[in-house]
Amino acid sequence: MSASCHDEGGADATLTEAPRIALVGAPNSGKTSVFNGLTGLHAKTGNYPGVTVSRYVGTARTGRHRHLVEDLPGTYGLEPISPDEQITVDVLDGRLEGADRPDALLVVADATTLRRSLGFVAQVLARGLPACVVVTFTDELARRQGRLDIDALRQALGVLVLPVVGHRGVGIGQLREQLTTWRAWPAPAVPPPTEPGERDAWAESVLAFAGYRPPERHRVTQRIDAVLLHPLWGTAVFFAVMMLFFQTVFTLAAPLQDGLESLFTWLSGQVDAHVSSPWLSGLLGDALIGGVGGVLVFVPQIVLLFLLLALLEGVGYMARAAFLMDRVMARFGLEGRAFVALLSSFACAIPGIMATRTLPSARDRLATMMAAPLMTCSARLPVYVLLIGLLIDPSVTVGPFGAQGLVMFGLYLLGAVSAMLAAWVFKTIGDRRGQAMPFFMELPPYRLPAPRAVLVAMWSSARAFLHKCSTVIIATSVVLWLLLNLPLHTDAQLRAAGVDTTDSVAVSAYTVDHSYAADLGRLVAPVFDPLGFDWRINVGVLSAQAARETFVATLGQVASAEDPEQPARALGAMTYSDGPRAGEPVFTAPTIAALLIYFVYALQCMATVAVLRRETGTWRWPTIAFTYLTVLAWLMAYLARTATVLLGG
Amino acid sequence: MSGTDGVFEEAGGRGTTVIDAVPLSLADLAPGARAVVLCVVADGELTVARRLHDLRFTPGAVVEVVRRAPLREPVLYRVRDYEVCLRRAQAECVHVTEAER
Repeated sequence: MSASCHDEGGADATLTEAPRIALVGAPNSGKTSVFNGLTGLHAKTGNYPGVTVSRYVGTARTGRHRHLVEDLPGTYGLEPISPDEQITVDVLDGRLEGADRPDALLVVADATTLRRSLGFVAQVLARGLPACVVVTFTDELARRQGRLDIDALRQALGVLVLPVVGHRGVGIGQLREQLTTWRAWPAPAVPPPTEPGERDAWAESVLAFAGYRPPERHRVTQRIDAVLLHPLWGTAVFFAVMMLFFQTVFTLAAPLQDGLESLFTWLSGQVDAHVSSPWLSGLLGDALIGGVGGVLVFVPQIVLLFLLLALLEGVGYMARAAFLMDRVMARFGLEGRAFVALLSSFACAIPGIMATRTLPSARDRLATMMAAPLMTCSARLPVYVLLIGLLIDPSVTVGPFGAQGLVMFGLYLLGAVSAMLAAWVFKTIGDRRGQAMPFFMELPPYRLPAPRAVLVAMWSSARAFLHKCSTVIIATSVVLWLLLNLPLHTDAQLRAAGVDTTDSVAVSAYTVDHSYAADLGRLVAPVFDPLGFDWRINVGVLSAQAARETFVATLGQVASAEDPEQPARALGAMTYSDGPRAGEPVFTAPTIAALLIYFVYALQCMATVAVLRRETGTWRWPTIAFTYLTVLAWLMAYLARTATVLLGG
Repeated sequence: MSGTDGVFEEAGGRGTTVIDAVPLSLADLAPGARAVVLCVVADGELTVARRLHDLRFTPGAVVEVVRRAPLREPVLYRVRDYEVCLRRAQAECVHVTEAER
């Protein structure tokens, strides 16, 4: 490794501009593992200018040397058919504004599919940039009785070839060393043929020279697929996995959730007992612990769901689920992989939207993103639980099922069906322009995922949720609490209004009723009046605009002002305080139905809006999503209210 | 059966008329069948032709039909030592001659 002390390499460290190394390769080639190995997960994600394509750039450090490593979108060839692939080609050719042409390339090729990958390697080498071929999954090749002589491959290709097992970190150190010598990387003496027809012959000769023996078929994968993709058993397992998914939400996470809930109750009790200032106690107890705690309760559920999703993905089942569901998704103009993204959206729309990155077609991606917020995410669950509890007595049953559970199931179903229809509409509008993308998907062999990789995948999804709690929800809770408790009223004012100042409940009820929040709630009354919402619900709906979960906390704050002992009963007994309906109960069946349906459709999640902005690179799509979902929510809620009234609710 | 050319040659030799001039495509094969790619014909759909080429459905490649999804689509194929699934519309673009099992 004499070249590693190359002079120019030493000079690089003093330059402010580090050399740019780009990773290119097919999807599933292990490219991302190599990238993570080189950059140590400290990658910055962004977008390429003006397109819905995520950009990953990280820094690889070797001693004093720094290299900017960019993970280019995966592609099967350099004749692009999708925006992602166009980006890769444009970057390689230095034609993309805002993204410099890389100084050198790492061409990632999967050893188990080398016969296919060499065609791509040939195309990349023909571009003439300094290149090093990184051969991944060499361990799997050996395990499946395949053979490859890396040295001979190096001779045949005329470029540097390094074996790497990305997810185990084998060979990453060597690769990092080699980065420092990129200026001295050998170039092929005879460039590979550019004619597609000659490329196959070239690839075969290279493989023969390198003593390549393809891997045996993966017996385990064949046996598992015989069951998991079987028309009968495969379908049964598929539904069992989906059941498991929802069981995780409703049973597995429930005890943990209860534990957290009692913890937060205990905490706010402690605040009440030990903080004497009513202001501070209210802010800490109601706003922070009540607001954020109410949301943090869902962390076990979210984390478990993401763990399950990461496991299914890592093992290789998600590709099978996509294979099984492709025909169904095709009815709505989408493809199997969109199913996986929508399934993730049951946990939270944010990772669901990020999961659309696996879709090669930009139009499919947008249609799926526009539909994802309609899937019933965990944030809707507390709202549904509260409202269904007000709507239906727990003892009511329909056959063997509890009526509450049936309504909950119906809401999940409504969300899913609406999402599919929305995707279909967006796809149909998009398809009027230009050709559709062909569908193709690899089914990778089943692999035991590295625990670290699963945990990293789980954590990166859960982090988005926790980030939302710690920023959007804290801010909303505090602002809301202030709005509900301001302006301050002096005792004289209270007495003038006929409030007994010694009765703290009466005082807080009066304060809330005359707060800024109440003004705001009354201001938007004309919009929500047809749905039967009173100003308190309006405040809840407005606060839920930031994050749905805050609706529960808001109503909790309002209700506990009126009846601190039993806020739940206060909600049920709540009456219109003013207007033509004054004195009538607020939470009637038509109003609750309207409210439930409103939450099914409305895009009440700032984090989702932000992710839509990030993933699409423009404000256009989040604006479209927000507008269509809000309008749809109002219309459907109005329909639901009218229907319930007609049914005699 | 074999591809168009083969059919005519064979038929000509026996002096019979042949109606079966429709070439065989990947979509016509049953699971377990093996075939050799003749060419990719994607009328006016450049993206399909390009992608099938990049996925290495190139002339001479041996393709095996591995499995059909329970809802009949997509179909999993094995080509050039790896497995990839295609929908019927794309499989129809790959013209093949069936190889012996």
